[in-house]
Amino acid sequence: MKSKSTGVRFWIGAILFLAAMLAATQVIRNEYPFFAGYIILQFVVLAVAWSILGGYAGYVNFGTSAFFGMGVYTAVFLVKATGAPLAVQIAAAAGVGALLGFAVGLLTLRMQGIFFSIATIALTIIIETTVTNWRFVGGAAGIQIQRPPVTPPFDTYVQMLFFVQALLVVLAVAIARYIQRSWIGRGLQAIKDDELAAECTGVPTLRLKLLACVISGALMCAAGAPAAMYFQYADPSSAFNLNYSVSALAMSLIGGTAHWAGPVLGAILLGVTQQFLAVTISSEVNVLILGIMLVLFVVAAPEGLIGLIRKIGNWRAGRAT
Amino acid sequence: MFSFDLLLGAIVLGTLLGCFYAAVSIGLSVSFGLLDVPHVAHPAFLVLASYGVYLLNDRYEVDPLLAGLLITPLFFLLGLFVYRLYHETFERRGTDAAVRGIAFFFGVAFIVEVLIVLQFGVDQRSVTASYIGRSWRIGDLRIPIRQLVAFAVALSLTILLTLYLSKTFMGRAIRAVAQDQEALRLMGANPVRVKQWAFGIATAVLGIAGALLIIVAPVEPMLDRAYIGRTFCVVVLAGLGSMTGTLIAGIILGVAESIVLTMFGASWAPAIAFAMLLGVLAVRPQGLLGRRL
Repeated sequence: MKSKSTGVRFWIGAILFLAAMLAATQVIRNEYPFFAGYIILQFVVLAVAWSILGGYAGYVNFGTSAFFGMGVYTAVFLVKATGAPLAVQIAAAAGVGALLGFAVGLLTLRMQGIFFSIATIALTIIIETTVTNWRFVGGAAGIQIQRPPVTPPFDTYVQMLFFVQALLVVLAVAIARYIQRSWIGRGLQAIKDDELAAECTGVPTLRLKLLACVISGALMCAAGAPAAMYFQYADPSSAFNLNYSVSALAMSLIGGTAHWAGPVLGAILLGVTQQFLAVTISSEVNVLILGIMLVLFVVAAPEGLIGLIRKIGNWRAGRAT
Repeated sequence: MFSFDLLLGAIVLGTLLGCFYAAVSIGLSVSFGLLDVPHVAHPAFLVLASYGVYLLNDRYEVDPLLAGLLITPLFFLLGLFVYRLYHETFERRGTDAAVRGIAFFFGVAFIVEVLIVLQFGVDQRSVTASYIGRSWRIGDLRIPIRQLVAFAVALSLTILLTLYLSKTFMGRAIRAVAQDQEALRLMGANPVRVKQWAFGIATAVLGIAGALLIIVAPVEPMLDRAYIGRTFCVVVLAGLGSMTGTLIAGIILGVAESIVLTMFGASWAPAIAFAMLLGVLAVRPQGLLGRRL
């Protein structure tokens, strides 16, 4: 009974969120909030997608930038080759991401701990180098992209991208939430606790990890696709920047990985702080904050914000009785 | 296109470069190979050491190698501190230490990068010394003297560390703690103190390695990202914890990079270390001369 009512509440919340975002694009005339908001929403998708493999199964993926960059370049390729519309770019990116996730999973998921992490960094650099040497999509110098005319009801292209990214947020959270509550999530949790024991009790560990890698990869790629249109420019070293990997990981760990709300909270907290700091101080300090918050949370609050909130809740409950 | 002289040149320069790679990786071979610490911040500390050397060379005109030696004690202390922190927060608590440990060291690496940027800016920095900028000719081949200096120092550093680990009492204790921590505890030694000492040594070596890094080429704050691939490639290819393996693996990587550089151009070079690393992990995860994973 309880799970059904939370399900209804979740979807009402999601619809309210989308309605609010749509209303904002109609009411607010200033472009800037959408510029900043887009980046924050993008990080929410990346963090939620990261935590499907990294949080639930405990496989620390440093390849977020590989998937993100592939998303960007899938969009670039489609725009350049066929002039496909945005929806097609995102769908194609999700497909590419799923395939890449499958390939990466097959190659690396038998490794454990740091070897998996290092292997995912390795793949990122190899893919980046390949794209750098691919002339058609601009090579190392990058490529300019022309935005097509905007579709009503949106006034500007950035507002439309903002709303599209909001849709992706809802999609990513719904998928993460479903996984967390289904047998897939329980299986991944078992892998995180003790992979050998899980394997022995009949959990199909490799298949579950592959599934998680495919879903997480598809979402990360989809999140990257609109970035080509957002920046109107793409180049390998920024599309595949390691900062995306560390940000997604930091946001998930800061928020807490036990619940889908963790990465959302972490991404909003860190994303808003970064947007604020980038405007007021500089983008270097931005990265510094990322590093310091990551170290602080990993050392002092290993369960993340979600863990802290639960602890405070327990403490209150303990005092009340 | 293909010429034998070109290939020979690539192999010679690659071997010199490879010894240098071994020298910058040998600390990681101790900290990650022997102690199982997922030290992703190792290359960041390496670049930090280079900036320390740059500072001494730029302000007081100290010879880069001497400057490297001078900052070694500081890096030893840094190593002691970092290991203590890592041990207290991750190894002792035990729960998914690997996941959080990697995240922790990535955070540390980012902090180091940004502190360097804030202090020195994003421009490239280099050092001056009498042996930098000149080169030595053998037939058609030109070997920069700086490469030879780096080669000689790297080779002696690697040999010294190998001797230290196999001949001295403390060195043997370090290898013992890598093999069986419990046995060491039963003998009445404190494995944590031994590991802390070993981590200190591994970080101290970075003082010299950082000097070599800035002697070989100018450094910039984000250079550590390229060296994550190279150092981990060398350590894994060597076989975790094998010092001789580290030297051989470094030379293999150096020659491979230098051949690709001459044949296909510089734009493919960054992927070499990572491709080799992936290959080794997939085919022979115990490395060339290593213990089993």
